[in-house]
Formats: sequence, structure tokens, C-alpha cells
Amino acid sequence: MSTLTTSLADVASSDAALRAFLHGLPGVDRVGADQRAAMLGTRSIKTSAKAQAIDLAISMVDLTTLEGADTAGKVRAMCAKAVRPGGDAPSVAAVCVYPDLVSVAADALKGTGIKIASVATAFPSGRTSLEVKVSDTSLAVAAGADEIDMVIDRGAFLSGHYMKVYEEIVAVKAACGAAHLKVILETGELSTYDNVRRASWLAMLAGADFIKTSTGKVSPAATPPVTLIMLEAVRDFRDATGRQVGVKPAGGIRTTKDAIKNLVLVNETAGDDWLTPEWFRLGASSLLNDLLMQRQKLATGRYAGPDYFTQD
Amino acid sequence: MFEYAPAPESRDVVDLRSSYGLFINGEFVEGSGPSFKTVNPATEETLAEVATASSDDVDRAVQAARKAFGAWSALPGSERAKYLFRIARLIQERARELAVLESLDNGKPIRESRDVDLPLVAAHFFYYAGWADKLAYAGFGTKPLGVAGQVIPWNFPLLMLAWKIAPALACGNTVVLKPAETTPLTALLFADICRQADLPPGVVNIVTGAGETGAAVVAHPDVNKVAFTGSTEVGRIIARAVAGTNKKLTLELGGKAANIVFDDAAVDQAVEGIVNGIFFNQGHVCCAGSRLLVQESIQEELLAALKRRLGTLRLGDPLDKNTDIGAINSAEQLAKIRRLSDLGESEGAERWSPACELPGRGFWFPPTLFTGVAQSHSIAREEIFGPVLSVLTFRTPAEAVEKANNTPYGLSAGVWTEKGSRILWMADRLRAGVVWANTFNKFDPTSPFGGYKESGYGREGGLHGLEAYLDV
Repeated sequence: MSTLTTSLADVASSDAALRAFLHGLPGVDRVGADQRAAMLGTRSIKTSAKAQAIDLAISMVDLTTLEGADTAGKVRAMCAKAVRPGGDAPSVAAVCVYPDLVSVAADALKGTGIKIASVATAFPSGRTSLEVKVSDTSLAVAAGADEIDMVIDRGAFLSGHYMKVYEEIVAVKAACGAAHLKVILETGELSTYDNVRRASWLAMLAGADFIKTSTGKVSPAATPPVTLIMLEAVRDFRDATGRQVGVKPAGGIRTTKDAIKNLVLVNETAGDDWLTPEWFRLGASSLLNDLLMQRQKLATGRYAGPDYFTQD
Repeated sequence: MFEYAPAPESRDVVDLRSSYGLFINGEFVEGSGPSFKTVNPATEETLAEVATASSDDVDRAVQAARKAFGAWSALPGSERAKYLFRIARLIQERARELAVLESLDNGKPIRESRDVDLPLVAAHFFYYAGWADKLAYAGFGTKPLGVAGQVIPWNFPLLMLAWKIAPALACGNTVVLKPAETTPLTALLFADICRQADLPPGVVNIVTGAGETGAAVVAHPDVNKVAFTGSTEVGRIIARAVAGTNKKLTLELGGKAANIVFDDAAVDQAVEGIVNGIFFNQGHVCCAGSRLLVQESIQEELLAALKRRLGTLRLGDPLDKNTDIGAINSAEQLAKIRRLSDLGESEGAERWSPACELPGRGFWFPPTLFTGVAQSHSIAREEIFGPVLSVLTFRTPAEAVEKANNTPYGLSAGVWTEKGSRILWMADRLRAGVVWANTFNKFDPTSPFGGYKESGYGREGGLHGLEAYLDV
């Protein structure tokens, strides 16, 4: 990208420089992006490819519960499912919980290799002071979180205060220490695809290890074109900087078909290097049981009833 | 590595017969010429034997059309509309069968015949069915011409049939249509749909054969209207044959369209548009964006992105649902593509194709792009009609217009820029029948289509498409 040959180090030197850079990124044509995502949605993934895709998708799931009604019991049950989803299916990548339940998950998952992700920074709205966001993050990390899912300040972004968004990400990243930082763009509130691309770059410039579509609390969440644009962004960012950033669509991914469509998007946009749980995650809760059901159907030729899959 | 397993569409839905006759006066009849074979270009297997219509057969077809014309043109428009609506619905009902047969006979990917060709075919019949009882409001009068002789190409066999037959019938004409000799099968299946729809005998007649049959249709003295889609070379012959007669003529011929990408374009979508512009239907598209004009300031990054994208194209079995690039339609066409590509190299352009394994049997050509192409190179001037893109550069909008227009053709053009005012400025100056902005190869029955200069004359589609079939 010609616009990227400017030294990326200088990009965040001022609000003006950051704005000039983000607005200098190539635009996204909505009609074309929708059409491309729809076309990739017609890929027909069958037999051996489907079996491979289902297991890959299971291993990429960030099994999530983010309810006001969450309890230690609920989180422990979900952790048990995360380790052994059913049959010989692989474990999921991570569980994702609110900060106060991180220690419960840490106990339950000790020694399993499954990561503990925690939302932080006044999730889902992010409407609080930076101090609170940073200490929210620090407490989650101290309780044992391996990954922090933060939200950006969409109000600041939409009013053009890109430096504010940038600095918050930098501060939260510092509070993360060794923990990985996933930056939630809440694309449903950013509204335009141009904004999705700009927010993706902003987050990556500020040090995000992952960019994530949505909190799951706002609709629309992870639509295929939005995921497509974010995959293009991480691809181009690595070309420009050499640093690889992961992508996590979250929210609205409920069926095996949705999950496979996401894998096709990765395969034909960012490529092979992103097709591992290290670089691509699916934020979901009900998806896992549908993956397990389709997995069993593929192996046995029959669907089992919903009561054969645990509700946790 | 995530490899997609084969996902072939089943052939079982098509009831392929070993031989096919002509469709004249509502019946399938033997042809008096020698029969010919139509093959699957992806495998070279013979699909069926098809009858050749001699000039006597063509005469019978024209007579049948003439006889049917009286009653058909006398029907109220709302009654003709009922038949067209019925045909449109039957096409939708039998869409899978038609799509599979189209891919078998033509070599195009099932994804395209299923998602592009067939929906457009049905949409054309629906659209012109709607016009049949509203002709008085179109501004061309309501008087049909009579018998229309129609000759169509092999690149979109069923879609070109729809473009020809739907407006002709809506206006009250009857037709004799000759499909291309390499792709006659879906037209014959369409004939079956006409019977299923109880279309009065003689309103639609299908005569198969090669150039001579087409010439007989065009030259028949009782044909009132000739419509042709195909090469400029044959278009010239037809124009000569029709000159001095009362026949009304529309020609939709070749193209060498420029797809113009400015440095402020939405790059990822422009890349998709370039790919869709030249690799859709293996480049067998008269309005294909075969010349990429890219602004010098983004040439490098755009070409890098384009090459990366070409590496993901999936070439192979046209019936596999994940295939992007199917087979070249015939050995002759493959030879022509090879000849022009070799010429491109010998004239000094640089040739590039992604790593791409071609099947051992059938007619195949890899997606190919040429860089360092100059306006004077043959590959920048001649229509290749294959998956071959010539990349040229420009510095200013004025230069882009000059280069885009500097061709004997003028069928289509594409403009990629995020600047709305520049789109309008370009569209005013580009001498092409269709100018696409930030998209390419988008078709709709409501939109007129046709060329400037050697790309032909007359318009098909939309309200404008009615004019060709009415006595104005």
C-alpha cells in the first residue's frame, strides 16, 4: 500500500497525523465487499473438508458466557465443556468470562492449556474513565487471564478523536503485561466499512494482538463482509510491518455453516497462516453444540436429538 | 492447509438424449442436413448428436413462424404476457436442470450458470412479460414486425436466447432462433419448456447448425427482423446480407473494454472487479474488461494484489460448485487464445499466470495477465475472448479516456474511483454502450445493453430493447 510506506512510527505522533494516515487508507466499496463475502458464502465444503473444518472450528472457539446472571457454577460447567466438548472432539481455544469470574475459570482450567480470556474496560459500552479501564484490566490479569478483550471508545472514534482511542489501547496493552490483547471494534456501531478498516488499523498500530468484531451485545455483530474487511486489514498490516495480528469474529455465529463460512473467508483472504487457533478465533456460545451435532452426523450419518448434547 | 473436497453438482437432474432434432411448429423433427456432435469441452466427451437444419428446414421454420404470427400478434398483450410469465416460472422450476446442462455443454462453472445465468434468464422473461400489455406506453407504437430471425453465440447460450426471445414475443413477433453449434442443448431444452407452457406452435422455432444454417435464417426473404450476437467479423457479413432489404437489424458484436482504475479506488473491490471483468465465464464475454488501465501511481500495489488474488482462483471441473474458472468452449477458441497470447509475448509484453494445474483432457487455458502492454500491441487491440488480461497504465484522467476510446470497439468500460464527480466526468467521455462505476459485468433486464462503433448497433434490454421488435 503506497500510503503505508510512510514510516508507521510517525503515524501516531499527533491527532492530525493519525487522521491523515487512517483517512489515506484505500476506501471500501460496500457493494463490492458485500458481493465478495456473499460469493465466498457459496463455497461448498463437504465430506473430508467438512470434517477438517468442524474440528478446526471447535479448536478455535472462545467459549463465552457474558451475562449478568453468570455464577461460579455456570462458569465451572462451561469450563468442563471447554476441556471435553464431547466424544473425541478437540478442546476449544479459550473460555471468555467477566473479570470477577476469571479466578473461577483459572481454577477449573489449571493444566489444561485452555486459555482464559476476560472482557475488561467496562465491557460492553466502555463508558468509563481510563483509570477504571486500566484497573479493570490489571485485576483480570492478576486473577489469571491470559487474554484481555477490551472495547474501544466508539464515541471518541466516531467524533474523530483517534488519538484518544489510540492512547487508551496503548494504556490497556501496557496493563496487560504478558496477556494477549484483543481489541473489540464493535463494528455494528461503527456502521461503515471504511470505519471498520480504519478502526482495524488504529487498533493494530496501537499494539493489538487480535482485532475482534463485536461484543455480542450490539446487532449487527460479526457479519461476513466485516470479517472479510478485518482479514484484509491484518493481511495488509503484516505486509507493511511484518507483524501478524489475529482476528476474532464474535456474535451471531451460531451454526456450523456460519463457522465454515468464516474459515472460507480466512482461507481465501488472509490465507493459511491465519488458519490456526493462535491467529483466528470464533467468539460464540451456542455454536459449539451445533458443531458437535454436525460432527456426529458426519461420522455416523445420523442426527442425534438435542438432548444428546449437553446444555451447560 | 484447508483443501476443499470435490463438491460436484449431480448430472442426474439432466435427461440427456443421444440425439436431438429441430424444433419447428411446436414439434421436434428430424433435420435434413448431416447431424453434428456437441461435446463437453471439459472432457471432450460427446454429449449428443444434433441435427443440422438445411435451408429447406429453415424455410419450414420461417413458414411456421409466419403462420403463427397472425394469431400470436392478434392476442391481447395481457394474454401474451401470461405465456411469458409461465415460461419464466418454468425456467425457475427447472433452473437446476438448465444450469447443469449449460455447464456441461458450454464449460462454464456451475456457480456462474446457477447464480448468474439462470436468474438473469428468468428475470428477462419476467421483465418483458410485464411489458407485453404496456407497449402503448413505451413510445415505439404497438405494431410488431413479423418473423424475427435470431442468431446467438456460445458464451451465454440460454441468456442470449432470453435476450432475443423475450422482447420479440412480448411485442407480438414470432421467432426462428439458431443457437451456436457448440452449445445447442439448452436452447432445445428451452423448446421443451415452450411446449410445457402450451405456447402456440410456430411462435418459437429452434433450428440448429453451423454458419450456413445461420446464413439461411438471415437471408430468408420472409424474415422481417434479424438479431445477431457474435463476432464483428460475422456481424459484417450479416450487415451486408441484410443491406438493401426491408429487414430491421440489430447487432451486438465484439469488444475490447477498458477497466480503468484510479489511484483513489477501493483497492480490494477494484481487484475483485478486475477479476470479475476478465475471468468471469473464462473471459468469453463480449463486454469483458480485457484491458486494465491502471494509474501509474498505484500500478505496483494493484498488480501485487491482483496476482495474489489470481493465485486463489480455482480452475477445474465446471460442475464442481467451488470452481471459479471452467473450460474454454472449443478447440478452435483455445487455438485462438493461444495464438494471440503467443503473439503478445513475441511483441514484447510480459506474460504471467499463477501456479495452476490444467486437467489432462478438455480445453483449458490458465488465467493469464500481460504487463508492459502498449496500445500498439495486438493483445491491446484484438478481442481475445479468453481469460487473458492486458495491463496498461495512464497518468491523467484525460489520458485514460484517450486510451480507453482508442479502439474500434465500444461496448463497455469500467471506472474505479471513490470520487463521484470523476465517475460522471469519465462516463460523459467514454464511448461505450455501458459504463460501470465501481463494479463490472453487472446485468439487469431493465438496463439497455449495446455498443458504439464496431461493437454493433441497436439496444437490447430495458425499455430501449422494445424498439428493435416494433415497427416504429
